[in-house]
Amino acid sequence: MKLAEALQVVVRTDPGVVRSHNEDAVWGDAAQGLVILADGMGGYNAGEVASGMATTLLSTNLQQIIPECKPREIDALSGKCLAHQHIIEQVALANDSIYRAAQSQPQYAGMGTTLVIAWFFDNTVSVGHIGDSRLYRLRGEEFRQITRDHSLLQEQLDSGMITPEQAKYSQNKNLVTRALGVDPEVEVEIHDYEVLPGDIFLLCSDGLSDMVEDEEISMTVQTLQSNLDLAGDQLIQMANDNGGRDNVSVILVKVRGDFAAPSGWWQKLLAWFK
Amino acid sequence: MAKMILSMDGLVLKEIPLNKERLTIGRKPHNDIQIDNLAISGEHAAIVTILNDSFLEDLNSTNGTLVNGQPIKKHFLKNNDVVELGKYKLKYINDTPSIGGSADFEKTMVLRAGAIKPPAPEKDKDAEPPTLPGASPAPVAAPVAAAEATAAPAVAAPAQTPAPAVIQLLNGPNAGKELELAKTLTTLGKPGVQVAVIAKRPHGYFITHVEGAQFPVVSGKTLDAQAHQLEDHDVIEIAGIKMEFFYKT
Repeated sequence: MKLAEALQVVVRTDPGVVRSHNEDAVWGDAAQGLVILADGMGGYNAGEVASGMATTLLSTNLQQIIPECKPREIDALSGKCLAHQHIIEQVALANDSIYRAAQSQPQYAGMGTTLVIAWFFDNTVSVGHIGDSRLYRLRGEEFRQITRDHSLLQEQLDSGMITPEQAKYSQNKNLVTRALGVDPEVEVEIHDYEVLPGDIFLLCSDGLSDMVEDEEISMTVQTLQSNLDLAGDQLIQMANDNGGRDNVSVILVKVRGDFAAPSGWWQKLLAWFK
Repeated sequence: MAKMILSMDGLVLKEIPLNKERLTIGRKPHNDIQIDNLAISGEHAAIVTILNDSFLEDLNSTNGTLVNGQPIKKHFLKNNDVVELGKYKLKYINDTPSIGGSADFEKTMVLRAGAIKPPAPEKDKDAEPPTLPGASPAPVAAPVAAAEATAAPAVAAPAQTPAPAVIQLLNGPNAGKELELAKTLTTLGKPGVQVAVIAKRPHGYFITHVEGAQFPVVSGKTLDAQAHQLEDHDVIEIAGIKMEFFYKT
């Protein structure tokens, strides 16, 4: 099955109830198998500049790479598969552009952004992330957070200083330990996951995960999985009904079928005739 | 800034600001808070403060440390927690101003490696590398300044909930049966045929079409794809089943 048929992508973003600016930026295209979400930070409108640069640069550059790319092939120099290698390179380029803009223009000083990027190919998804924007996966009944935040709170959780229950009441929710564009270099965390038909992936900014409990998010995605547009609207609405103190963004990706890359000569021939 | 109020038998002895990353409590004189009493161990407990959060840790004391009457090894302090060491009580007060007006609430900030230091003497500011100033708000000062956060949970409970309401089936094999709309979302209908969902929101209940060629009918009117707010005693028709929506009084 072609990616455009195998994946259904719904993209939503909303400034929330309190803020006048939307510093989140989202991008998604089922045909390319690529979705990107960024949550910008920095004074005045610098946050939206940073997140907008991140999604625009990454989507434009990766769209040129994807049609020609064999993501599973190993890059001879780095020893990494090409999917990872391209994500690393493009994230480094975006980081450099944002960092330079922040250095050269005083009104952009200190801007930065979080990032989650998911690239679907051959029944697999490569997920890269920086900061506290998240990717969740619904598989059957199980709704699980796949990415681990790069945040002070997560570090406190990991070191056992606080329990998940206490974390809900923490006042340090808003401190990320990694961001795109704030330093000359940044490390993007990348992992691959197997994708099964029926899976639903949710990318979101902290405007959703801070305002709506995971159980409620899970219930909403499960209940409304037959109508993904409605599920996206409902998630935004729940964050706003709970106070909407931050910008809210969600990207939902539903896997409708198998999208294995053609491997044998016969499959390649078939794919060629399709 | 958070503080501890030390008291014994209801008598306030001292107010201790939590201005150090690690503050120790014990009988011996090298402790930050010395309590010269035989019921207190030499090194009894420590309070670690990171930005706005403080953690209490018992240092294997002989007589233990209680928080709100419960013995603890490690505890995340919340406003008004009462810590007991022997006859002494320490009340934890963290009255950072409440949410009000500031749109900066919970603005995401970058925390750089090495940023967590105890509130520093002046000269530390000059010691910051020259690339940083003006970049992000100084990580140490910012959370305090921008921390309009309250002790309230950041995952806010819905501001208000509507009056409880139910759906009663009017025909079919389960006629007369009531279904309470307790969850945020309640689905009605048959998957694959026709499904609608009722969302419980702060200002009422809203029905929306989810799947199927037929749209739900509410009090004689066929809905479109938009959400529709339900009125008391509305009659809903989905997949041939009629049901009545009403508020429980």
